[in-house]
Amino acid sequence: MAQNNQSYLEFEKPIAELEKKIQELLSFSTDGVDLKNEVSKLEKKAEQMRAELFSNLNRWQTAQVARHINRPFTLDYIQHIFTDFVELHGDRNFGDDHAIVGGLARMDGEPVMVIGHQKGRDTKEKVFRNFGMPNPEGYRKALRLMEMAERFKLPIITFVDTPGAFPGIGAEERGQAEAIARNLREMARLTVPIIVVITGEGGSGGALAIAVGDRVLMLEHSVYAVISPEGCAAILWSDGTKGAQAAEALKLTATDIKELEVIDEIVPEPVGGAHRDHKAMADNLHEALARNLKELKKLSEPDLIEARYQKFRKMSRFIE
Amino acid sequence: MAWFKRSNPPMPKGPDHKSRVPEGLWTKCTSCGETIYTKDIEKNLNVCPKCNHHYRISTKKRLELLLDEGSFVEFDAGMVSVDFLEFKDSKSYQDRINQAVAKGGSKDAIVCGQGNIEGMPVEISVFDFSFMGGSMGSVVGEKITRGIERALERKTPMIIVSASGGARMQESILSLMQMAKTSAALAKLREAGLPFVSILTDPTTGGVTASFAMLGDINMAEPKALIGFAGPRVIEQTIRQKLPEGFQRAEYLLDHGMVDVIVDRAQMKAQLSSILKMLMRQA
Repeated sequence: MAQNNQSYLEFEKPIAELEKKIQELLSFSTDGVDLKNEVSKLEKKAEQMRAELFSNLNRWQTAQVARHINRPFTLDYIQHIFTDFVELHGDRNFGDDHAIVGGLARMDGEPVMVIGHQKGRDTKEKVFRNFGMPNPEGYRKALRLMEMAERFKLPIITFVDTPGAFPGIGAEERGQAEAIARNLREMARLTVPIIVVITGEGGSGGALAIAVGDRVLMLEHSVYAVISPEGCAAILWSDGTKGAQAAEALKLTATDIKELEVIDEIVPEPVGGAHRDHKAMADNLHEALARNLKELKKLSEPDLIEARYQKFRKMSRFIE
Repeated sequence: MAWFKRSNPPMPKGPDHKSRVPEGLWTKCTSCGETIYTKDIEKNLNVCPKCNHHYRISTKKRLELLLDEGSFVEFDAGMVSVDFLEFKDSKSYQDRINQAVAKGGSKDAIVCGQGNIEGMPVEISVFDFSFMGGSMGSVVGEKITRGIERALERKTPMIIVSASGGARMQESILSLMQMAKTSAALAKLREAGLPFVSILTDPTTGGVTASFAMLGDINMAEPKALIGFAGPRVIEQTIRQKLPEGFQRAEYLLDHGMVDVIVDRAQMKAQLSSILKMLMRQA
């Protein structure tokens, strides 16, 4: 099922036109004219066009799909994959950050801790979620929940989708760097399985702060990089509009990242991107999560932690 | 019409004109404006004798300053970066590496090894800001991690002296992963009950701050050092507000509970030694 109010990206224009035509034909056929054949032909063509377009996205186009306004966010995945979700709020210290959500839930009946960045869809919600850019209290809430999961021996599943940690005065004053750093250190030693999914934008340290895990999965059209393409362009060419060039240089797609052995698996998206079919996307992800969790549960605590250490220990390229 | 016109455009200021000791016999301090005999600044550990402004110092000088004479043994000196992404802006990353190496200093943005502080063996890593802005890629992350692992093996404290613009863009995702890798190694050190002292010098920002640099059992800063996660310019552009006076300086971080202590360069070794001896329960 396609999501309502489909909004199209620039490069999706041909698809948009075709779909508009289909809609027109459908409205005609209600007047007693049977255009079923014509419609199904066009639908097949649109499907083909989508498949072709989305299997040949360049890196900048992928970044746009990763940021698509209708792309499923953490709460969408929670709704589709988990049951009994209870959102837990606050870092017990300063406040509750709306750019990160988390709580207890069940996956296939088993209790787990779910944590993820949360973006908004309309303007009001975008502002409420601070565009998915957490402040330190967001990371501290995430850590509080992860430590709780450890105490109660619950696996942790995180969803990563952020442009980055929020660059603000308050964030600096309350220790944005310290909050991120502490999560990196603590996630490395937690004694329960951690599965990380990069669902949309994996924006630098703000993403990594909830992305140290035993398995790291990336959705087919998600991105992951040390800096946003715009930020990179601003530094390299003093021109934030050269995002397309920077995206190519940063090699930020799931295929790129898999090649560098930073992630374990690419989760396929429905044709035309996750935003076209939340349910189908969630089903693919559900299967991957269940399978990986089953494997991780076979490991003893010391083996789990050592394997996680070695996994990140190996991530580098240099000459000696 | 003016009678006297400037015939040449004004001399451009370098991007880091504030923190470099200008060459020449006399130096005008960029902080207090006093004209000072250059040799007097150099003799004073690159600190202005009039206003205590701390200029940057080389890794060699830093090691001399902190370690007992002749005790330093360098490790992994030959490790060099590779341009595995074929990253290119106006120049290729490989060209940038070659150029930085050709300057004749370090082969990457960090020098690591072992030495003694008043007789106590330690592992130490010192950033070289003159090498690509002290940015952290695979080599920096790997050398730090090996240093921490050596500290674990020999049961010694770990010291990192940071001066870095953050993660190195040209290695994209692998630079980011160095943050996770180094922090994971520090988790082991912590579990083993060995001290880690993070010394923050001007400037320490980005992915370096957001990983090991903020994870010291003791976070020690030099006076007025710029320390932060996001750069001041990025913050200003995001929130479109003027930043408060002294924002992201060592004193500001001390005030907000992010560093333990600010120490003048001249007292750094004595202070470090005193702290480490107490943490290691030595006389």
